[in-house]
Amino acid sequence: MKELKLMKGNEAFAEAVIREGVDAYFGYPITPQSEVIEYLMLEEPHKRTGMVVLQAESEIGAIHMVYGAAGAGKKAVTSSSSPGISLKQEGISYLAGSELPCVMLNVVRGGPGLGTIQPSQADYFQTVKGGGHGDYKLIVLAPASVQEMADFVEDGFELAFKYRNPVMILSDGLIGQMMEKVYLKPQKPRLTDEEIREKYGNWATIGHKPSERNIITSLELKSERQEKHNQKLQAKYRKVEKNEVRFEKINCENADYLLVAYGSSARICQKTIQLGKEKGINIGLLRPITLWPFPSEEINKMADNVKGILSVELSTGQMVEDVKLAVNGKVPVEHYGRFGGMIHSPDEVLEALEEKFIK
Amino acid sequence: MSNNITPEEIIKNGTLVFEKTKLMTDAHLSYCPGCGHGVAHRITMEVLEEMGVGDQAIGIAPVGCSVLAYDFMNIDMQQAAHGRAPAVATGIKRLYPDKFVFTYQGDGDLAAIGTNETIHACNRGENIVIIFINNGIYGMTGGQMAPTTLGGMKSSTSPYGRDLGMTGHPIKITEMMATLPGVCYATRQAVHKPGLVRKAKKAIRKAFENQKDKKGLSIVEIVSNCNSGWKMSPVKSNEWLEENMLPVFPLGDIKG
Repeated sequence: MKELKLMKGNEAFAEAVIREGVDAYFGYPITPQSEVIEYLMLEEPHKRTGMVVLQAESEIGAIHMVYGAAGAGKKAVTSSSSPGISLKQEGISYLAGSELPCVMLNVVRGGPGLGTIQPSQADYFQTVKGGGHGDYKLIVLAPASVQEMADFVEDGFELAFKYRNPVMILSDGLIGQMMEKVYLKPQKPRLTDEEIREKYGNWATIGHKPSERNIITSLELKSERQEKHNQKLQAKYRKVEKNEVRFEKINCENADYLLVAYGSSARICQKTIQLGKEKGINIGLLRPITLWPFPSEEINKMADNVKGILSVELSTGQMVEDVKLAVNGKVPVEHYGRFGGMIHSPDEVLEALEEKFIK
Repeated sequence: MSNNITPEEIIKNGTLVFEKTKLMTDAHLSYCPGCGHGVAHRITMEVLEEMGVGDQAIGIAPVGCSVLAYDFMNIDMQQAAHGRAPAVATGIKRLYPDKFVFTYQGDGDLAAIGTNETIHACNRGENIVIIFINNGIYGMTGGQMAPTTLGGMKSSTSPYGRDLGMTGHPIKITEMMATLPGVCYATRQAVHKPGLVRKAKKAIRKAFENQKDKKGLSIVEIVSNCNSGWKMSPVKSNEWLEENMLPVFPLGDIKG
């Protein structure tokens, strides 16, 4: 039976991690996501499911603990916020290169540098475009509610193990800190070694005879083989692009203008639609749920029926580049957003839309 | 005597006096002739085989000369980012407390870029074994100065000899780790003489027995040569090791 609770986004994520039957969480405190590890420590999941929760010596330590656990075929989670994610990029690149599944959460704050502890969406580039070294992709889920902070844990692990690829939940300080009602799923049991092998294949390093041994590595000194490895990764990424694009459309029937926004910015834009209606401006909203794979095809199709597209982000304009690539010049694409920890209001979004396309 | 003796003719029942451990692959070692890595690999694998736990062991390869350790050690292995092996080992061991987890790291990996991971794995008393090869130089990248490079010692990034005033002193990280309550056994060994090889193997055995008995972290430092990086013949490098490395890094148990 589903359970209804009032929770912060960070807490809902943490509770969902336990209920997903996750084997281990490794993290390091940083605002505005410290509630994740605080909640887990308080809940003592080792008593509920045997789950390991460990406060690492740094974000770097935490992500490499995830690497070890993931390489042993276990469900491992870490979470952090922007400067901490920058530190994790080394390990994220290794996870992607070694094709290890895991779920990570970034509760984004404003930057660059130490920046601010207030919400931001300025980590789109470092999440969607790489961040770490080499040609790799993360599957990126963008929650727009506390409910999705919880739901994306299960979705994330399904995708992570299906494709043997790290998954990032790209949230922000607003979704992480705000309280909403959330339906929690029932507790799943943690998988045994046999169940993991049966479900996902026999690739984990858990100790084997020499003839059956497994190796987890991203190293290939022979360039011809490293190129082949990259081709294999790219083939996998094309498959993900084909199968896993997720988005939500709101009021898009007969819309004259389209907003593209994800996460908390998408929540704000829902109100903008309403304000537009009051002024006789018909606005639609496309909310990418997966930022990679990006809903390029859908945005391209929608560009045929609108006069202009506004990418609305809590940044100086990052996702707008992907929107422009998707639209490919069919209609004007503009960016609007407050940044550095400031949050745009629905009115400001409407004003920007009028300013850029109507006046 | 015939020149065509088959292995079967040599190895008759009861005549076998020595066999290479099955936990070493048949791959050609990528190490320079004369390097201590090969011996250190072999005695580590021999210990696991003698304890009968090869199929319950997970090793972590570092970045450095032994980055390809998994090509030679015939067990489950993970390759870690530079310096992060103790964190990777932590992730595995916390989920598999009854498996045998060890890292195999060089001095640049363990005592420079991975200092943080080393200290905190030791301080948490992670129930793992760290095999630490100290040859006072970055071998893989072509002989640059390491945190363990001796004063006055030449390397490609200290071409006029290590200036202690500018770059600090050779770090005795095993002694530092021995101060932490989480470390149950800290020892410094060498493998350039047969007697020392036997002692080093005993130390590695003790380290894995500690893990079996859940005593905490054991660190086995092996002072080794790098004849290529030191630009000496294998024989000369072993003499140089005796004369110069050992006074700074004396052999023996430090703790436990």
